Amino acid sequence: MLDTASRTAAGGQRSPLRRPDRRTLAQLAVITGLLLFAFFATPQLFSLYYIDAMTQVAVYSVVALGLGVLVGRVGMVSLGQVAVLTIGAWVAARLLFATTQPYPLVLLEAGVITMVLGTLIGLPALRLRGLYLALITLMLAGALAVVLTTTNFPNGGHGFLGYDASTVHIAAIRRPAIAESDPAYYRYAVVVAALMFLLVLIHIRTRPGRAWAAIRQSEPAALAAGINTTLYKLWAFALASFITGVAGGVLAGAVHYLYSITFPTQESITLLAAVLMGGAYSMWGAIVAALLLQLLPALLNNWGVSADWLTILFGIGVLQVLTTAPRGLADQVPKDLSRLGRLLLGLRRRPAPSGSDPA
Amino acid sequence: MIEVSGLTVRFGGVTSLDGMSVTFDSGTCGLIGPNGAGKTTFFNVLSGFVRPAAGTVRAFGEDLLSMVHFRRARWGVRRTFQTEQAIEELSVFDNVAMVHEQARLSRASRRQDVLGAISFVGLGADPSARAATLAAGERRLLEVARAVVGRPKLVLLDEPAAGLPDQETRHLGEVIRAIPEHTGALAILVDHDMSLVSACCETTAVLDFGKLIASGPTAGVLRDDRVIRAYLGTAEVA
Repeated sequence: MLDTASRTAAGGQRSPLRRPDRRTLAQLAVITGLLLFAFFATPQLFSLYYIDAMTQVAVYSVVALGLGVLVGRVGMVSLGQVAVLTIGAWVAARLLFATTQPYPLVLLEAGVITMVLGTLIGLPALRLRGLYLALITLMLAGALAVVLTTTNFPNGGHGFLGYDASTVHIAAIRRPAIAESDPAYYRYAVVVAALMFLLVLIHIRTRPGRAWAAIRQSEPAALAAGINTTLYKLWAFALASFITGVAGGVLAGAVHYLYSITFPTQESITLLAAVLMGGAYSMWGAIVAALLLQLLPALLNNWGVSADWLTILFGIGVLQVLTTAPRGLADQVPKDLSRLGRLLLGLRRRPAPSGSDPA
Repeated sequence: MIEVSGLTVRFGGVTSLDGMSVTFDSGTCGLIGPNGAGKTTFFNVLSGFVRPAAGTVRAFGEDLLSMVHFRRARWGVRRTFQTEQAIEELSVFDNVAMVHEQARLSRASRRQDVLGAISFVGLGADPSARAATLAAGERRLLEVARAVVGRPKLVLLDEPAAGLPDQETRHLGEVIRAIPEHTGALAILVDHDMSLVSACCETTAVLDFGKLIASGPTAGVLRDDRVIRAYLGTAEVA
């Protein structure tokens, strides 16, 4: 009896789990379309000004994705992610000046070194949570900012720090040979970002993703399922730090010159606000967050509006999102669009509503 | 078989378990007692969430207390919670598969084991549906499926029928009764529903204020004077 039941269950349920459903196919189509557009159309359609901004979007989408893993998947709020980004940028810049290694190798090394340091930043997460973890990571980020102001970013000098204060003509951070021009480097950044998204997607769809979901909802339940919560929390920090470090490496080449003043500690807070607005629970949210963080200021700048307004705008935005769409824009906008679509469809089907019907 | 001896747990000045000694042999055993008697604390000691002040627990020849908490689940200690803990973000299948993959069991049999556990508890929901979409009773069953997948040795059920309507409680009772035979595990059931306990458990132990006051065949234990007094609260009223 039981055997028959289990066999029919196994037979009947094979298909829904294996066959990609319509939703997945639609998502795949959208992703392919967006990637093709980003890769081929954007460099043709837009001016250099916006292409540079889009390079930043690619970089920051990966940073936002890293924070999304911590906040959205595991439930750990880190306010130190921009500091982690600067570690990646510093390491990459130092390696690019010191060696002639191929660019992808440098990105990988920057990612790995940042992963080690970022995981150390994550150590307090094993004891602290919520506000306290946020506070500790913010203070660590602040401490790092102080160190960076003193040491500066490498500018082609010698020694461990690679900073030479006496030079007048400082060297630019090099770019890969295949991506010297801005549009080519933009494409390069898009490809790297896509690879980082893929890396995270693989994590989310497999064992770590399931463990993170359990930890986020209930640590006792996770432990009772045999999940080593310490390991998986550190794993999340390691993954987030790795991709953020790689993003830092891409950033180093994108801007050519790095200054500590461009990475104020409060950037991490703005980053969290943008991630919450975009949607911390979805990977799309990371892209939305990056657009808010990098494209929006570029647009405002172009229109002659001070980007300082963004702080107020983000404040209102976070309030709005937390009260009406807690899963962020990436979740809410498609819902609203489909509602609008149904509404329009309904209007077209009934072009002349009967006057007597109050509805 | 698990042998508990002299188990004592203190939270500050409160003694939650006071030298509890008991042996659970096999099959499905009941553990009952008034609110605050220490039943959930006992489960928390077995799962490793609470470190006892004194006492030993030997489970199937192993010293359970020396094992790290998450390793106990991999070894075979499984449990459900008083407030059910279906992981909402995950599908029904992944909720169960999560336990299987952490237990380091064969990947080849995972699919079959997981679907087997889901059908064993009689959960009719689509395995690819998110747990958040399930009804309360289905979520309870999903938690039981998580507890029986793979090779559990000890299944701890903490008020699994709380808040369920009678019909679903009856179904859950049948599932619980079938656990030892189906999985080979020893099951311990904590519940306030005496008809569920008498329907499922051959033997029952009774806790009151952290002390074991009775244990033995369920029918006899439920007629025991001390047990009735503990539940009705008429003992030693000053």
